[in-house]
This record gives sequence, C-alpha cells and structure tokens, in this order.
Amino acid sequence: MPELNLTSAPAHLRHGSNIGQPLTRRDGILKVKGQATYAADNHPPGMLFAVMAVASISRGRVTALDVAAAKRHPGVVDVMTPDHKPQLAIDPEIKTNPFVFRMEVLQSNEVRYANQPIAVVIAETLEAATEGAVLLAPRYETLPALVGLDAGESFVPPVVGVGNPTENHRGDVEAGLASADKQIDATYETPPQYHNAMEPHAIVAAWDGDSVQIDMPTQGLMLSLARVAELFGIAHDKIHIRSPFLGGGFGSKGLMAGPPVLGLMAAKLVGKPVKLVLRREQMYGPVGHRAPTRQRLRIGADGEGRLTALNHHARTVSSTFDDFYEPAADASHTLYAAPAIRTSHDAVRVNTGTPLFMRAPGEATGSIALESAIDEMAWACGIDPLAFRLQNYAEVEPITGKPFSSKALRACYEQGAARFGWAKRPLQPRQMRDDAGLLVGWGMGTATFPALMFQAEARAVLRGDGSGAMEIGAHDMGQGAWTALAQIAADELGLDIDRVEFKAGTSDLPDAGIAGGSAHTATAGAAIHSAGAAVIAKLADLATGDERSPLFGAGNAGVIARDGRLIRRDDQSRSESYPEILARAGVAEVEARGTGAPNPAAMEEYAMHAHGAVFAEVKVDPELGQVRVMRMVGAFAAGRIVNPRMVQSQLFGGMIWGMSFALHEEAITDRRSGRIMNANLGEYHIPVNADVPSLDVITVEEHDPHVNALGIKGVGEIGITGSAGAVANAVWHATGVRVRRFPIRIEDLLTPL
Amino acid sequence: MKQFDYVKPGTVAEAVAAAAQPGAVYLAAGTNLLDLMKGGVSRPDRLVDVTHLGGLDQIEHLADGSVRIGALVSNADLAHDADFAKAYPAVAEALLSGASAQLRNAATVGGNLLQRTRCAYFYDTASRCNKREAGSGCDAREGENRSHAVLGWSENCIATHPSDFCVPLVAFDAVVEIEGRNGRREIALDELHRLPGAAPERESALEPGDLIVAVRLPPAARGFAAHARYLKVRERTSYAFAVVSAAAALRIENGRIGEARLALGGVAAKPWRARAAEDVLRNVAPTADAFQEAAWRALTDAKPSGDNAFKIELARRIVVRALTLAAAGTPARIPALPASSFASTSGAIHA
Ligand SMILES: Cc1cc2nc3c(=O)[nH]c(=O)nc-3n(C[C@H](O)[C@H](O)[C@H](O)COP(=O)(O)OP(=O)(O)OC[C@H]3O[C@@H](n4cnc5c(N)ncnc54)[C@H](O)[C@@H]3O)c2cc1C
Ligand code: SF4
Repeated sequence: MPELNLTSAPAHLRHGSNIGQPLTRRDGILKVKGQATYAADNHPPGMLFAVMAVASISRGRVTALDVAAAKRHPGVVDVMTPDHKPQLAIDPEIKTNPFVFRMEVLQSNEVRYANQPIAVVIAETLEAATEGAVLLAPRYETLPALVGLDAGESFVPPVVGVGNPTENHRGDVEAGLASADKQIDATYETPPQYHNAMEPHAIVAAWDGDSVQIDMPTQGLMLSLARVAELFGIAHDKIHIRSPFLGGGFGSKGLMAGPPVLGLMAAKLVGKPVKLVLRREQMYGPVGHRAPTRQRLRIGADGEGRLTALNHHARTVSSTFDDFYEPAADASHTLYAAPAIRTSHDAVRVNTGTPLFMRAPGEATGSIALESAIDEMAWACGIDPLAFRLQNYAEVEPITGKPFSSKALRACYEQGAARFGWAKRPLQPRQMRDDAGLLVGWGMGTATFPALMFQAEARAVLRGDGSGAMEIGAHDMGQGAWTALAQIAADELGLDIDRVEFKAGTSDLPDAGIAGGSAHTATAGAAIHSAGAAVIAKLADLATGDERSPLFGAGNAGVIARDGRLIRRDDQSRSESYPEILARAGVAEVEARGTGAPNPAAMEEYAMHAHGAVFAEVKVDPELGQVRVMRMVGAFAAGRIVNPRMVQSQLFGGMIWGMSFALHEEAITDRRSGRIMNANLGEYHIPVNADVPSLDVITVEEHDPHVNALGIKGVGEIGITGSAGAVANAVWHATGVRVRRFPIRIEDLLTPL
Repeated sequence: MKQFDYVKPGTVAEAVAAAAQPGAVYLAAGTNLLDLMKGGVSRPDRLVDVTHLGGLDQIEHLADGSVRIGALVSNADLAHDADFAKAYPAVAEALLSGASAQLRNAATVGGNLLQRTRCAYFYDTASRCNKREAGSGCDAREGENRSHAVLGWSENCIATHPSDFCVPLVAFDAVVEIEGRNGRREIALDELHRLPGAAPERESALEPGDLIVAVRLPPAARGFAAHARYLKVRERTSYAFAVVSAAAALRIENGRIGEARLALGGVAAKPWRARAAEDVLRNVAPTADAFQEAAWRALTDAKPSGDNAFKIELARRIVVRALTLAAAGTPARIPALPASSFASTSGAIHA
C-alpha cells in the first residue's frame, strides 16, 4: 500500500464546500434518542459486574480484607485482590515510555492515595458487587498523609508538563525589575480540580483466549492498545478497542489508567465478560486531576507602562510515586513583550493520585495568575487593561524571539472590545452599579494556547458506485469529530458528505494519534487531507493515462476533484465521474493512505499559537459578597474554522470552564486524611445554567500557512485561558478587592461596610 | 447495595406499624435517602414506602384560616400552588430556591423537613461522625468546616440543617402533624429538630414509627403576606445549599411594625428562629437602624465552630437585607431567581 506525504504544491486540487459549514452533529440524533452506544451501554452475553473497593486512607497499607464475607454475599462470584489476580506480563511500575504513568492494579498492599483501588468484587449484579465491596471492610496500617502545597521539602522537577524545561529565561529579570518604575509582587493560589467528565471511566472487557474485545472511552486508541498489549503480553492484533463516543474526557481518558486495566484483569480472572464503571467519587483519585498551584509573579514596568521584566514561579505537587508537573509558569512565555522573562517551577510530593493533563494543563492555571497580575500592573500604572496589553503586545514570541506563524490577537482585542462595549469602562474599580445597587465590574484576559500537531494516519477509498470512505481511528469526545473530520474528508475526496462513509472510533482503523492538546482536528485533518490527495492522485492516474478518457494527458496540468468528478484544470469543460473512471479501468475501488505530522522545519522557524481576548461583566452584591457573571464576550483567532457551530460550542465550553475556575471549582481536601470531601457533582461546584446568562463568541479570521496543510489551530482548550482571569479581574473591578486565591469565595468579598 | 426489605403499606396505620420495627425507615421521594443508602451512610433493613398512601397529597385551606399541607405534596406543587404562594410568598420563594427543578418535582414536604445534614464528614463513612455513629467523634470539628454551624452547636456536632423550606416555616410557627404508635399528635416545627448537645445522633423529636402526615400553618401566618421574603446566599446562582439564609416577614400597621418574624437557615442544626430579634422590632418603624439592631440581636449568641466566623457577619447582613426587602413589600410575582441577590437583575431567566 503506497503512502503519500503532504506536498506543499499538489498536482491535483480538491474542491468542496463542506469545510466552513456549521453542520449540526451528525451523531446528534443518535445521542438525543439514547441510541449512541457509550462503553457502559454494552452488555455482551454472560457479562458480570465488577466494582472496585477503594482505599479510605491516603497513605499506608491494607492489612486485612474480609474476602470471605464478600464472597458469602449472594451473587458475588469472585474477589480480586493482590493475592488473587491474573499475572500481568510486565510490572505496572515500569515506565516503558514517557506517556506511561504508574497505576495501581493490585500489585501490592500499599496505599498511596485516597480512592486508590485495593480490590475488585465481581458479581452477577451491580448491586451485589457494590455490597461485596462494602463487606470487604478493609483494615489499614495508616501513616500520616502528605497534603497540600507545603507538605514537605520542595524540589525542582526535571521537566514540567510534557517534557518542558523546568526553567526558562530570556534577558535579565532582576535588572529589569530593578530598573522598573512600578513593581508587582503577588502570589496566587489555584486549587486541585478534577476533570469530572459526564461519562465516568468505564470498560466492558471480553476475552476470547488471548484475544480481547474492549469497549472503553479513550482519547488515545492506539496508546491504550499498546499499553494493554504490553501489560497483558499479547500482540496488537489480538486487541480490539471500540470507543465511538466519549462523554467527555478533558485529558482524563487520554492514557490508560488503572481502573480499566482492573476491568481487563477481572474479566480474565473469571473467564467471562466484565463491566467495570467508576462511581463518581471513584474518579477523584486514579484517573488524574489538575494539581494545585501557588504562583508568584514579579513584574516590572517603566514609567510609560511598558514591561521591563516578568518573573513567574509556580509551586505545584505531584504524587509520591510518579511525576507530572503542572507547567503553570510557562503561560508567561508567549503573551507579553517583556524584555526579560524568567519562568520556573518547584514541587512537593503529596498523597494524591498522579496529577495529569486537564483541559489546558498549565495554560489554565498559569493564565489566571498571569492575567490577574497584568491587570494589577495595568492598574498600578493607571492604564486601561486593554491599552496596557496592547502596549505590551508581543510582535514576536517573547521567550524565543521567533516570529508567529500567524497572530490575529490585535483583531481579537478590537472586535471583542467593540462587541462588549469596553470603551465605556471606568478605570477605577467600584464605580459601576446597576438599578438594584449591585456592583458591576468589567474585566478582561488574553487567551492563548499552542497550535500543536501529533502523528496520524488515514486511509481513503473511492468506490465504483461513486461513494468514498475515509478511515481513521479518531475520537469524538463530544467535540464533534464525527462531523468536522467527515467534513474535511468530503472535501478531500471531492465528494458530497453524504457519499462518504466516515469511519472512526475503533482501534482497527489507522492511528489517529491522541485527541488532546487541542490538536486532534489539525492532526487527523492533515492525515485525511493527505490520504485524500493520495487517493485522488491514483484515480487521476487511471484517467489521465488512458487515451479513452477525456482527461487523457492532463497529468501535468492536473485535475480538480469536485462533486464526484475529476475535471481538467486547464479545460474545465472536460471531466469524468469517479465511477466512469473506475469502471473503464476495471477496478472496483482505489485506496491510499496518508499521514499527518508536525513539520519540524516550520516549528523551528515559527512560534505557533492560537489567541483570543475575553471580556467579562460580573455583578457582586456589595454587602453579601455573592458574584454572578452577567455576560462574557470572547474573540478568538484559531486559524481555519472547520465547523463554526462545533467551534462555538468548544469556545463556549471553555469560557464557562474559565468562569468555573475563577468562581466555583475546587476539590476540598481534608488536611489530615487527604481525602476529598466533595467528590460529587452536588458539592464540587461547576456553573449551572443560571450562572451563564449570556455568552458571545467571535471567531476572528486568521490564515496560517505554516501550522499545517489545512491551516487549523485548536479550539478545545483556549477558551479557559483568558476567561478565568477576565472574570477574576471583573470581580476586582466591581469591588476593588483583589482576591488571589481561587475560586473567589463569598467571604473574600465581605468587606467592611 | 445492602439488601433490604421493601414494604408498601396501604394505610397510615400499616405504615406506622411497619416502620416501628428496628432498622426500618420511611421512603418518600428518596432524593436524600437513596443517596445516603448508596453511599453506605444509611443502611436500613427495611424501607417503608409511603408514596402510595392516600390522602397525604392535599393542600387544604381550613375554615379557621390555616393551611394544611399533606406530607406527600411535592416541593414543586406546593410552591406553584397559586393560592398558597399568594398567602405564604416567603415559603414559596424558599421552596423555589432549593435544589433543582427536577429535585423539587420529586421531593416531598415530609422528606424536606427530615432531610439530613450536608456535613461532608457525615457523608464520608471513613470519617468519625457522632451523628452517623454515636460516640465515634466529630471529624468536622478540626476539619473543613467553613460551612458549619455558628449557633446552637456543641463540641459533639457542628452540623447544620440544610432545608430552605423549614426556615420560613419555623418563622410562621408551623405545626407538624404526626401519626405514631400511640395515635396522632402535634408538635411545633421549632421542636421537631433537636440541637446536637450530647446526642447529635438524635436529630428530631420523632419516635420509631412516627410518620409526618401534614404540616400546618396557623391563621396568623397569612397576616404577613404583604411583607414576606426569603433570601439565600449561595456559592452559585442556583442549585446550591445556603451558606446562610433568612426568612423575614413583617406586619406593618400605620407605618410601624406590628409584628416581625425572623428565622435563619444554614446556621444551626435546626431552622433558627430569632425571637430576640423579633422582639426589638415590635412596634418600631421599619428603619435601617432597627434592622441593624435586630441583626445584632439575632446573632448575639453566635460563635464560630471552625473556619466560619464569616458566616456570623454574613448572617447579620442577610438579616438586614431580608428585613429591608420584606419592608419594601412582597413582589407581585416570585422573582425568576427566587431568594437570590440577583433576583431583581435583568437576564434572570433561569432558576
Ligand atoms: C443535589 C441536591 C441539592 C439539594 N439542594 C437543596 C437546597 O438547596 N435546599 C433544600 O432545602 N434542599 C435541597 N436538597 C434536599 C432536598 O430538598 C431533599 O432531598 C428532599 O426535600 C427530600 O425529600 P424526599 O421526599 O426525597 O425525602 P426522602 O429522601 O425520601 O426522605 C428523607 C428523610 O425523611 C424521612 N421521611 C420522608 N418522609 C417522611 C414522613 N412523611 N414522615 C417521617 N419521615 C419521613 C425519610 O425516612 C428520610 O430519612 C437537595 C438535594 C439534592 C440531592
Ligand atoms: S459535625 Fe456533626 S455531622 Fe458533621 S462530622 Fe461532626 S458529628 Fe458528624
């Protein structure tokens, strides 16, 4: 099977009008009718239910489990414990590559965090398994828990995020600060947060000898498959994973976590298909979270309000047994043109499940601190926050000095501010009230997120009946991949979208990479683009090399693929339909593969980021301290917009998340036990409808010839950045009170009357 | 889940007999109880489902001017009953500020009264909790307790009662009608919930088998309809329990307060009637100063039980605001954001 890589000047053009259309979700009807099969909706014959028993201590050892009591309970089939479990092919503590995280799959009695799985009860019903897990009545030897940002000696981690250097600098920050007319030195805190995807982690596993069928939501089919293969010592082609729909992932379903592995082990142990679904509270531990941070920003500005230095240090936590460090300070690399920038991180180890990527990891935490500090500096300089940001607009990426591949941030500021009515904002805080006497405040923040690309492959087919197929193991987490990628596929095949069979969501399809880093549409889209180019090239060869074809000899001039026909580029009156070409050539179909990948040369030359500007209005009760966001306007420039409707949803979701970050979300950890005290959606607050009266998204036109062949940047995560700070800054503008610990609470705003 | 018996009695008498057994509890809509059972917090042996009992789902306006609300009337039906809402606007507003529309549709009057505390340590079975397990200790005392009680708490328990509905009810001298092993009796709602003292596990005045059949508001309660409000400060605009709340009602005669009613929510193990504050408001003009004075009186005995000193100041401010709103007059319609600081702002389309 020949493979074709993207060439910058393809001989053949493909035309379609699908990209850019606001199609509704193609899977929408299925979802509304409850017919979309999520992992936990599967019930293979003979299936049993597995329920995890989890630790209620966060550090120590399990000393006893009453397995006999659990087994006596009617319906309980077996209890999997460290002493009674199938053997894995490799030690789960071994990190076979940087994308492998340590997991707890009953390899020992040690407890390293609360809610860690310590046994699995398998039963004929969910109720029996649930009660069996209670009857295990674990006993523990408990050690003092390490909790919070000051739990122990801090250290400098080797890297933060995914391989980012822990420290970065450009210019002399101390000199910049020393020469400044105005200085800000402020410390901000962000709490631990949990992904809380609507759909809990779930697996239905069915072994047949050493083959296994897995239904499991995953943002990374191939990474999961590879991990299953190495853990169970089986070949890749023995594993089939189906993940057609995810009820959200936000990073928590990117890499294989312990619980689904326990589901696979349980199924192996009992020799029957097994379903294991996490309870909501069980998601607060073994499947990742956003680590808390404490961030100190020191900023200097000269007499005109131009930055002289930006120093951003972030303290974070990781688990006691693995390493992931929220790269919060890196948020200061790209936005503001300070001549001297230094970012650094340190960390302490606590008894928690290992933190992980959570929607805009680093960018979200860093952004709320940076945007607050910039706001504080603008005020210190007596300059409007938007004017201050424009004055310190980065024409090149500040930390590297590289030019941007594209950057329409100025237009975002302009269009967002106009739509919001920013020009009427008084500089001083606590100036505006509504008719009812509530304080009104306006704040803004700049949004930014890198435009990333991973590796992906796709397979394209054109068939004799005039239809086509595009196959790619892509992931629809709710963001709309079934729709947006199919739109790209249709255009790349020169077919109507209804003539394209778009296949995604299973592990037997070509590897689409991971749906993360806001890079899925770009990466999978690039693979689809190149597979489409390749299959059209093959089809064109059949026609242009055949003297019976009206396209004969058009090879050099090239053809255009449109509406199921190839058309001579130099003479558009001459064309032929795909079925005609295939029929004459006597082939049923042509197929080709393509890949999408980052372009190292372009990355060397350019800094690649999406940008945005978010404006927020809040009202605050002056005596009672309750806050409500009344409206938000976000203007974002993120390259080519494949489907404006999906993009708007992503940006809305991000902006709401930003509001949530500023005002609501927080996992409350008991300072003694390390247990999370609000591990449910009643008490772990996120905004409800009444908290979101009005959102407005503007997508600012931006053409980026460098990021990838389609010019797509991501929109999945950027919405949080900027928004959180905008809300926090609006609260300050309403009240005059600068709250530096998030979420902002009522008591923070109960100022003396 | 633990296995349990499920009983569906046909009559109140059968229900009482079935529920008098040790380990038995009543099941109404289950919006609280079933959560507790799933979490292993409540582990009853027997559920006595009262939702099918006849005659307990009526709202009756009695000849003497009182209203009798059956224990099975849903929170939503009661709040949306036009006659009821007109006569007792603060009660309707309190109901509508609670939980979510879905929960209010299901939740019953009886269940709302007897809903359990939201203390996180009560829900977390690995924590010590005197209420869940008598004598085991109280992990909230030194724990995460910013939402805990500032009035009426003891060293043994600092939990609050979370109901919104109960706050105006206690202000209006509601009476609870109970059917028990020894027949029918009545108690004041103010006596239904107990303060923790040395026995926080004993939360109410009910005996085994006692079934709440109705809640009655006496005739005098109607007299406040023109000046009655409920105000609830919470951590998001809707769908959150009160940090602190207050029901305030005034009978204003010739520019003076004839009688005031005031109760606080979210501050104690029971809805907190502030009688001392009511007293200072008798026969005075409804002024800001009078309301300030009342607020100080209402919180005289308050003391923090942890990281929650702010609740005392917040409660004072809520009292002043609730009284101010009540004095201004009950709005013609319950605001789209009931009991909210943002009730009067535009864009208030969701509750
Ligand atoms: C997410 C969430 C948010 C909520 N937010 C709020 C809020 O903001 N404000 C608020 O006030 N409430 C709130 N609630 C609580 C809600 O009001 C209660 O769960 C509900 O009122 C309970 O009624 P129920 O009929 O479901 O009772 P059940 O759950 O069936 O029963 C509750 C208790 O009452 C007992 N019981 C029920 N009926 C009787 C009876 N007739 N006689 C004797 N005993 C009886 C039961 O045995 C049980 O112990 C919330 C609940 C949830 C789940
Ligand atoms: S405050 Fe009361 S309910 Fe909470 S843990 Fe203590 S005893 Fe239990």
